[in-house]
Amino acid sequence: MAKEAIGGPDALARESVWSGGGSPYAVGSKKLGMWLFIVSDAITFSALLIAYSFVRVASANWPLPFEWSSILNATIMTTVLLSSSVTMVMGVRAAKLGDRGGVVKWLLATMLGGVLFDVLHIREWLGLIDEGVRLFKNPWGDPQFGAAFFTLTGLHMTHVTIGVVYLGVIAWGTSRAKYSAEDVEVSGLYWHFVDLVWMFIFPLVYLMSNKMV
Amino acid sequence: MHESSEHAHVEGSKRVFMMVWGWLLALTAIEVVLAYQRLPIKVMLALLMTLSIIKASLIISYFMHLRYERRSLALTLMPALVFVVAMMFVVFPDSIRLYLMKPK
Repeated sequence: MAKEAIGGPDALARESVWSGGGSPYAVGSKKLGMWLFIVSDAITFSALLIAYSFVRVASANWPLPFEWSSILNATIMTTVLLSSSVTMVMGVRAAKLGDRGGVVKWLLATMLGGVLFDVLHIREWLGLIDEGVRLFKNPWGDPQFGAAFFTLTGLHMTHVTIGVVYLGVIAWGTSRAKYSAEDVEVSGLYWHFVDLVWMFIFPLVYLMSNKMV
Repeated sequence: MHESSEHAHVEGSKRVFMMVWGWLLALTAIEVVLAYQRLPIKVMLALLMTLSIIKASLIISYFMHLRYERRSLALTLMPALVFVVAMMFVVFPDSIRLYLMKPK
């Protein structure tokens, strides 16, 4: 609060460069840091998606293993993740309005979405492993399918899991008045990014591999 | 005065979030329907990627609030991302060569 009185990022930006001002983006350092992390993480996921596309284009016998039930499962997962993004923005909104109880409630809803996503995803993984898909072996076609699929979706699942823990810490800290609205907003940026990555994995890995393609 | 105008901004955004959510779900539904149409794979890929980029833009602009930040933030972050991703595609045509030169 005291920091706000002296001048938040906005006030700093309004100062002229010569008088020590000059925050070129008018955002706090935590938010800028999260944005920079998000860009670098987006590059990591791009590399994996491009590598997956590369081996798939080079392959003459790429497996298309997903039945309608798998596509439906992935569609439900997408809906859950998109909806958890909405509960997240509601949490950020509550934080800006100074409603701590609201923040905790909405963040718990968001975490529930993340956990549901993980459960549905792990169930699907176990199904595939049961059908004989391994990192370098599968019953249908080119062996790289397993490595591409498990690396890509596994890294994403790790992000969701870390996100659930992160939001849990923020919710706990907010309930004890340890964290500011900016901290909630920054955790929201991370959560939306995890959602955003799935918007590319879902069509490329699932929809493009349904049995009809 | 300042307090109340900020309150109004936050209140007004709720409707926007619900609209964006609706659009994202609708675009997802379109993608699923599209995946079951008999289309050439290149057309399918182009359509799905276009829809996904629209969805990603909606998430970045509204949920991640980038639209309402100072323009310089987006102008710093996005070109860097696009440039790096474009550079990764430099070696991509090699996958087509691998496919065509595969011993049959």
